[in-house]
Amino acid sequence: MEEPIGINKFVFSRESLKKKFRLSEFLSEKIITGVAFLSITIIVLIFFFVFKESIPIFQSKKKEIAKVETVQKQEQYGTDSSVATNLSGQEQYGVTGTDSLMTENQILEEDTVVHGSDEATAKSLMGKQWLPVSDNPRYGLIPLFVGTLKITLIAMLFAAPIAILAALFSAAFAPHWLREIIKPAIELLAGFPSVVIGFFALMVMASFFQNLFGYDGRLNAFVGGVAMALAAIPIIYTITEDALTAVPRTYTEASLALGATRWQTALFVTLPAATPGIFAAILLGIGRVFGETMIALMATGNAAMIGINPFESVRTLAATIGAEMAEVVFGDTHYNVLFLIGSLLFIFTFSLNALAEFYVKGKLVKRFQGKQS
Amino acid sequence: MSRRKSITGGLFIGLTAFSAILIIAVIIILLVVIIIGGKDTFSWEFLTAFPEDGMMKGGIFPAIFGTVLLVLIMSIAAVPFGTITAIYLTEYAHEKSILAQTIRFAVRTLATVPSIIFGLFGLGFFIKYVGSGMDDLFLGGQLKWGQPNILWASLTMALLTLPVVIVSVEEAIRTVPREMREASLALGATKWETIKRIVIPGSRSGIMTGTILAVSRGAGEVAPILFTGAAYYLATLPTSLSDQFMNLGYHIYIMATQSANVDQTLPIQFATTMALLMLTFMLNLTAVIIRSRLRRKAK
Repeated sequence: MEEPIGINKFVFSRESLKKKFRLSEFLSEKIITGVAFLSITIIVLIFFFVFKESIPIFQSKKKEIAKVETVQKQEQYGTDSSVATNLSGQEQYGVTGTDSLMTENQILEEDTVVHGSDEATAKSLMGKQWLPVSDNPRYGLIPLFVGTLKITLIAMLFAAPIAILAALFSAAFAPHWLREIIKPAIELLAGFPSVVIGFFALMVMASFFQNLFGYDGRLNAFVGGVAMALAAIPIIYTITEDALTAVPRTYTEASLALGATRWQTALFVTLPAATPGIFAAILLGIGRVFGETMIALMATGNAAMIGINPFESVRTLAATIGAEMAEVVFGDTHYNVLFLIGSLLFIFTFSLNALAEFYVKGKLVKRFQGKQS
Repeated sequence: MSRRKSITGGLFIGLTAFSAILIIAVIIILLVVIIIGGKDTFSWEFLTAFPEDGMMKGGIFPAIFGTVLLVLIMSIAAVPFGTITAIYLTEYAHEKSILAQTIRFAVRTLATVPSIIFGLFGLGFFIKYVGSGMDDLFLGGQLKWGQPNILWASLTMALLTLPVVIVSVEEAIRTVPREMREASLALGATKWETIKRIVIPGSRSGIMTGTILAVSRGAGEVAPILFTGAAYYLATLPTSLSDQFMNLGYHIYIMATQSANVDQTLPIQFATTMALLMLTFMLNLTAVIIRSRLRRKAK
């Protein structure tokens, strides 16, 4: 590169025009390709390692080995972190939930035989009680699933209509200058850390809604759901907006030329044409709410209760991992169950993403191209 | 057109406008409430002092220091790998090849994996597998790396922010005009030389944006570091990669839910939230500005 290249220097021939083998080219290409594989590797590793730690629940022999390890690990475990974990663990159960759960627990303790075996653990996964730190621990995942679904439903009831309508506004109706404000503002909302939204929900929204509706428990599924809607809105908005602007202009022009008004075009032409994209947006929003940890930890009260009342405290899957992982003993059944919850969360969000990716996008492309050609 | 239809139309447009305004209003309320709650406590001294009296008084310097250190180590890991992946996707891979599509799918999946799963992975892979393995191999089983520390927390965070870097850099690389590449190749430069001297310098702003967005994301996430290295309170700053650290987001979470007297420390909590929000807000704003300039250039 440094030397000026004189034309006279070269005599072109069939040989000289062939691609030469250069070591640096070869190496750089191989290294870059190798690094690009990293993302795939990480996904595989995440699945493997999260799932691996949950396997002992289903195998009784390996568990004993794990238990021996546990004892050693417990002694080695550093002082710093145990101080941190003790502080973080104990007060997790919400104000409202604890008392009712404790009494229920005591009643059940009397007539249930204490199961020590692993089969009991595996069976109790289907149970209705999540009591991991009692004398007779039960790991019923149903209340956690119910709680997570409840929160997701509440969050999506708020987030989906608001975000989709807002996207329609900025894609179809808003004047240019207003769009230039709305879009970056919502992008900024996407950048708000979830712990900040959780803090806002805990300190401000919880009191506000309590005054508004006058219920007892300050922290409940409703507060958590509304706070999570704030986290889901930017995702749904952005993807919906993209889908709406991707609708070919010929569609809107044809509609307008036929005499439809702007709002009729937006509602009956643009919006239906973008439905696969909007569907994808909602799926990804659900994925976000499903796995959200900090908001759930801070704003939902964290009592594992089953019920349909939206003003009751709930405990979500992700929040359970976040609250309890720091205090469990490595290799313990509780530890394995938390990893199992992690695997379930991972599989669920992975499937949602895959569905959004392949089914919806394929449909969208087909719809636009199929009709045009 | 009938009159009733035009009223429906007006209502519909009004409804969409209301939704957009509602979102903006909530953003403004959130900002204002947190700034009002924190402005009396928020000061230079607050940012540079250590916590006192069991965190009932004093500042948040260790938390800021820990957060900065975390995102620094995280960027060192995430930015080069993210950039190289983006270069592969744009320069080497064929758009339609199965490999490229699989990588894209993996990147998008990585972006949607819940952050708590990264925490679990950090614990299961970095701490229990790599860390314990290193201890067994080099220290004869003495526990040093096989426990939560800032290195593992940073690497966990790097995995989480990798897609952010990849997407931004890829977008920037696509704005480098094809003619520049072709001119470089026509002058006799090889592919790697073209990438090194034309593509990477041309997408510098995209790499910047990616880094800033990744840093802002990493500074705000708490779930991945809950059990990979964040500590409730430390009297000293972390001095080695095997130390635990304090973190702004984790500090807020602990103070708001686990502290002995939540009401008394409320001003500190608001001021800490304000500090975190200002940090991420400023970073995001910079990224949004750079990005919108980039997009205008692309058009």
